[in-house]
Order: sequence, then structure tokens, then C-alpha cells
Amino acid sequence: MFRKVLVANRGAVAARVLRALATLGIPSVAVYSDADAQAPYLAMAHETFHLGPAAPLQSYLNQDALLDVLARCGADALHPGYGFLSENAPFAERVEARGVRFIGPAPRWIDVMGHKTRARDLAARSGLPVGAGSGVIGDAAAAQSSAAAIGYPVLVKPAAGGGGIGMIAVHTPDALPDAVERAAAIGRRGFANGDVYLERLIERPRHIEFQLLGDRAGNVRHLFERDCSVQRRHQKIVEEAPAPGLARAAATAQAQQVADTLRRLGYDNIGTVEMLMGGDGDFTFLEMNTRLQVEHGVTEAVTGTDLVVAQIRSAAGEALESILPPALDVTGHALEARVYAEDPRRFLPSPGPLRVFRPPVADGVRVETGYAEGQVVTPHYDPLLAKVIVHAPTRDAAIDALCDALHAFAIEGVKHNVPALLRIVASDEFRAARLHTGLVDEVLARDAR
Amino acid sequence: MKGRTKVAIYNVKSEVTGAVWKIVATVGQKLEPGDTVMIVESMKMEIPVIAEDGGTVKEVLVAEGNPVTEGQPVAALET
Repeated sequence: MFRKVLVANRGAVAARVLRALATLGIPSVAVYSDADAQAPYLAMAHETFHLGPAAPLQSYLNQDALLDVLARCGADALHPGYGFLSENAPFAERVEARGVRFIGPAPRWIDVMGHKTRARDLAARSGLPVGAGSGVIGDAAAAQSSAAAIGYPVLVKPAAGGGGIGMIAVHTPDALPDAVERAAAIGRRGFANGDVYLERLIERPRHIEFQLLGDRAGNVRHLFERDCSVQRRHQKIVEEAPAPGLARAAATAQAQQVADTLRRLGYDNIGTVEMLMGGDGDFTFLEMNTRLQVEHGVTEAVTGTDLVVAQIRSAAGEALESILPPALDVTGHALEARVYAEDPRRFLPSPGPLRVFRPPVADGVRVETGYAEGQVVTPHYDPLLAKVIVHAPTRDAAIDALCDALHAFAIEGVKHNVPALLRIVASDEFRAARLHTGLVDEVLARDAR
Repeated sequence: MKGRTKVAIYNVKSEVTGAVWKIVATVGQKLEPGDTVMIVESMKMEIPVIAEDGGTVKEVLVAEGNPVTEGQPVAALET
């Protein structure tokens, strides 16, 4: 096991990883920017190091500063959390080149899965279900023939993009040239790459993802699925496990196929394969995240595992058979709501002081946060204030528990999205599990009338 | 409909607290209603500052990189 681990992140995930290290009895090192000098989780670390000014490029994205701390503190492993440098293959290589374990998969995995069309190609070659699509589009004529071959409606996507940015749905051939031009412009501006490609558009899909854990000895297992269809601007805001209304046999069969595929390919740490499910119940590969996922808590709740502890043990070379119990099962239902510092109507960011910040406390409720009352939420980082995770015997009971917990969450000083979360979770569509990625827009548009 | 013969100067304001990422409009430029004056970055999002009523840019009150607070005037326009 590791002697000492550096946590190269901030906020809720830094707190989460520090807790896992405490569980394992491993000395921990935390880092902080000027903006986070008073962060409550720093008290959980055995050592803390100042990284630099608040701006991410000068602190949590500053590779040289992090490698300097690594050398000074003598840690033999680094946990990247999620976001920031967690999916930066060159950084992972620089860490490993110093004889320090990067707690994640081998850097080549981060590299291949970070490129949309390469990841799609690998998934297709490996036998995962991949929808019809094109390679990078050459010119307008090529776009038209590709779209005709795929069949309308199609989705035009920047090849180097992520987070749903620049995706444009096209229903008829005459709208295609303009969409290709716009997607390329967004790609050039946002990702310094104007390559675009086409995919078959799946209308009103569900977003279902499969949790995986591999070890360094060639084993990979799945920990079932999560449904993350409740999104605004392609960002998840409510997640759950298991996926409601899905036959357990179908969900488990797809999870097993994903795990078997990644075992053949040699995947070696924590990861998530994201898929879309169409109205016909068929799954289509979307992308793979080669890191711990924000919403890992719902899987932990229903499987009774500690995924962060498991990830660290796997990175240290322990075999999966000693990390996970021989048989895993899904018990009850778990929901997670992401509480953001943002206007609940237009979702504009709202930094400011947390004059009141009192997370709910109740049986079956877990709150993950990097904040405490009296702290300031700065404009420098993402607006996540807290994740509220509930676990109950049934989905109905979990919905009730989540509503109670959100009602009890006292936040003053910043605008926050709790009113929007409550409208969504209390809606008839959500209660009836009529889930699809457009649900948030539909519910909030109806309520605005 | 009443005629609009007088010139009027109004301020456009940032809707969010953050930092000026990019100034798009230049002094003297004529903007249509809904045109973008500048882009403010906050919490990893880019939020445009819009000239709701259009007009000619008289003065830009901030520089790229400056912090801004919610409701702060960031440019003056003349209609």
C-alpha cells in the first residue's frame, strides 16, 4: 500500500478522497489555492501545501506547481479526483515518470478515450454497441453523403469537444451545411480544432452509464448502472441507481458485456462507460470516462462499496478479488442531487459568501461538500456546492427522502438551484420514471408558464 | 408610437459576478439589439453581456481580466 498520497484537487472531491485515505490509514497531503486557504477539508489532511493564486491555471491546473509539491512532500501516489488534471494524459505520464503512481488507469487509456472519434472506433472494434456515424467530415458534399448514409435526424459534433458543447441536431439535408459550419466554428473557438463528425441522433434518449473497476492484474468487474438522464445544458443534475424501469437482466447483461470488453482490452482502474438508450431499449456507446465520477455515491449506496477506497487499493496493486466481495448486488434505490450556486431559473452562476450553509442531517442522507458556513464561493471554480445522496428501500421512498433533504438544506448568501431541483424531483415525469435527457427543459418550461 | 429624437445613454450591466474574459465590441461601434458587448467568465461558464436595446458604444468601463460584480455597469451605449 502507498506510504503517502497527494490529493491534487479541491472541494467536495478533495474531501471525499481525504476521507478514503483516512479509512485506509494512509497519510494524506492536500493542496490549496489562495481562494481555498480556509477550506474545511484541509483539516483532514496530514500535510497541506499552498499551490498559488486562485485562477485554476496558476493552481489546480498548474502541473509544475503540483509536481513541485509532490517532490517536497515525498508522496508515492497522487489522486487527481475528477475535473482539473484527472483526464490529462501528459500530466499522468509526468507523475509516473517520477516513480509516483497516478491513481487512475494507465495514461494511454486517458489519451485514447479523450478523443471522441478514436474512442468510438475502439468501442466499435471491440464489439460495444456503437450507433451509425461518420469519421471527420471533409467537405460539404462529404457531409451530405455521410448524413444520407446514416439517415436523418443526425447530430453534428465537434470531434475534439466535450460536455455537449457545439452539438447541433439536423433533421433535414438543407439544414446540414449551416450546422456543419457552426459546429466547426464552435470547435475552433472552444477546442482549437474545427474537425466535426456526424452521428445518428437518438431522440429523447436516456443516459445510462456503467461503473467499472479494473485491477493491475487483468481483471475488470462492473458495479451495475446509473441513470443520469436528468441534465441541464448536458450537465447531470440528478443521478440514480439502479436505472428505474429497466429489466434487471437487460441492465446486468449490458454491464457485463462492457466489463468483459474492457477486461479483454486490459483496462486497469476505475472508469465509467456512458451509453444512450433509445426508445427501443437499445444501448449506444457515448464515451468513456477514465476517472472517478462525480455521481459515484449512488453506486456506493446501492452496492455497499467504497469506490474511492477500492480505486486506491487497485492502483496500489491489490487484486480485485480481495477488494470487492465475490458477489455484488443492488440493494434499494439511491438518488443524488447536485446543489449548485446558480440562479434556479436561468442557471447563471452566483458566487458569493455562504452566510448560511446548513446541510441536512438525517438517516439515509449523505452530503458531500467542500464548503462550510462563512466561506466564500468564488467565481474561479465550478458552481457545485454540495451533493445530496439518499438511499432508501424503494425509489418512491428515495424521492420522498430527497425532497425532505432538499427542503431542509439551508443556504443563504448565494442563489442556488434547490428550488429547480425540487420542481424536477417532485414532477410527475420524474416520479413515473419517464426519464430522458430533455426532461429538465420540459419540466422547467412548463412551470415557467 | 412616440418619436425618439433625443439621444439617450444607458449602461449595460454584467448579470453575474466573475471576470471579463473577452471584450467583443469597440468604442464607436453600432450594435443591434441583442448584440454581444463582452463575455464574462464565471464558474467555468462564459456569460455574454448583451446590448438589449442596441446603440453606439460610447465607453467600455472595464478591461479584459477585470473582476466584475453582478449588476455592475460595464459599458455605456448611446441610442
